[in-house]
Amino acid sequence: MADILDLTVLAAHDAKMAGELSPQEHVETWFEAAGSDELNAYLWRNDRGAEAAAIEVEQDWNAPIAVKDIFCTEGVPTTAASRILEGYRPPYTATAVRQLIAAGLPILGKTNMDEFAMGSSNENSAYGPVLNPWDRARVPGGSSGGSAAAVAAGLAPWAIGTDTGGSIRQPAAFCGIVGLKPTYGAISRYGMIAFASSLDQCGPLTRDVSDAAMLLAILQGRDPLDSTSVGLEGGIRLPDREDLSGLRFGVPAELARDAVESGVREVFERTLAKIEELGGEIAEVSLPSAEHGISAYYVIAPAEASSNLARYDGVRYGMRSGGDGDLIEMYETTRSQGFGTEVKRRIMLGTYALSSGYYEAYYGQAQKVRTRIAEDFSGAFSAVDFVVTPTAPSVAFELGEKADDPLAMYLNDFFTVPMSLAGIPAISIPAGLAEPEGGGPQLPVGFQIAAPAFAEQRLLDAAHALERGIGFNDAWGSRIPWLGGGPDA
Amino acid sequence: MIEREQVLHVAKLARLRLSEEEVERMVGELSGILEHVDRIGNLDLEGVEPTAHVVALENVLRADEPWQSLPPEVALAPAPERSEGAFRVPSPQAE
Repeated sequence: MADILDLTVLAAHDAKMAGELSPQEHVETWFEAAGSDELNAYLWRNDRGAEAAAIEVEQDWNAPIAVKDIFCTEGVPTTAASRILEGYRPPYTATAVRQLIAAGLPILGKTNMDEFAMGSSNENSAYGPVLNPWDRARVPGGSSGGSAAAVAAGLAPWAIGTDTGGSIRQPAAFCGIVGLKPTYGAISRYGMIAFASSLDQCGPLTRDVSDAAMLLAILQGRDPLDSTSVGLEGGIRLPDREDLSGLRFGVPAELARDAVESGVREVFERTLAKIEELGGEIAEVSLPSAEHGISAYYVIAPAEASSNLARYDGVRYGMRSGGDGDLIEMYETTRSQGFGTEVKRRIMLGTYALSSGYYEAYYGQAQKVRTRIAEDFSGAFSAVDFVVTPTAPSVAFELGEKADDPLAMYLNDFFTVPMSLAGIPAISIPAGLAEPEGGGPQLPVGFQIAAPAFAEQRLLDAAHALERGIGFNDAWGSRIPWLGGGPDA
Repeated sequence: MIEREQVLHVAKLARLRLSEEEVERMVGELSGILEHVDRIGNLDLEGVEPTAHVVALENVLRADEPWQSLPPEVALAPAPERSEGAFRVPSPQAE
């Protein structure tokens, strides 16, 4: 039983092909595992799933999957972890989820997240925080924290999430798994609840790079229902590169000035040495505008959010409050009671930035910074194949540690936001463990690799070779080694 | 940096009713965030084209043909209140 939960999806597929694993048992085991969630990773679980999935088990790679609760699922609760959508059952299903179902992947459940994907710790969920499976006193990262924790803890073999400024990569790093943010436009966003439309992108959270490639292969494509989707030309195949010879990895010179925990820095340096050992070349690149990424991002994302979230007004779906007064009173009461603190903060910030007299100074200026950052990356990619950074400046922090300091929380997105602004793909792979700044048991550290737009295949190939070189899963297990009777038990 | 009056004005624009405590907190927090964000205000970006879309896209048009859509009763089903095939809302005019 425990063995099945340790298999990556690809390994399970191979075992099924070899007749060593029954597809039926595989699916049932995962549904049972999802039922043992003690981390608040799931907001809704598919109780009829294993039964329903049994019908389709002849599909050879139908490993069940966890879906972030930001994707609309017909007839199934979809809340984006907000009170304002409590009880909402959408009348249609997101294209990404349709693609999973069409590929024969049963849905295990909907995962917890920061409300409307706004947050880096999962503490902004209206339904309580997700706990980090490595240390339950710490956050799993966010906003796709439920998906990341579920994959890391053996509550799901793989999952999908969304990334606006790091919401797939940072929780993947904090939980010791792989997270990929594809190029803007690679995957349909139809039915994916909008946060910041010029940035939002769907992507996989998996045990390893091969599984991420399999999931991306299923999800990518042009969708007539999403005019911003373009897909990935030529599709995606399993990565097979074994070394990094002939590849150049750029380290931003500006990195040296930034506040990175010493443990994270050590793992990063060790990973650079591993790249060289595998035949890759390390070079310095310059991203002079990237340091303004956070400032630009925290204008653009809240501005777009304030517009996108105007639709939650108690009229067409979700909760309504104050219906005894006039229309405006109903709007205000519904929104004031339905939205959480961080969502209100960002709506306020965005509304202010877009208000008369401030638009050019904030949104206009931020969009220009964005152009500069994209140019920085183009310049870097003329000299190197990839740009690499730590995924986050720290390992997973403690629950409550940054809850009262929104700016400190925003700064945790320092390394992931520039790629989002430039629309380019970036992957986080687990690179090792490090002690947190204040001491305590070691926690996973993510290594981020970014590539030019639409270069997902090259990115996955390189990440795969590096992952094999690092051997994180060989050392620490593809899920957390002490779960289900570890050191505390 | 941002005054109490501005917070109240923006809350009105955003259709949010903030408690006294929320207003107090918002004044401090938004000021702190804006102070950080304001750094980009000092950059010389004269002549830089603002990013409208990160990947070059052509206009996406579809044929002007009727296509499947949600039946009205399905679209109305999640609404808090419905009446005669429409969304029902309180009167815009205070009684």
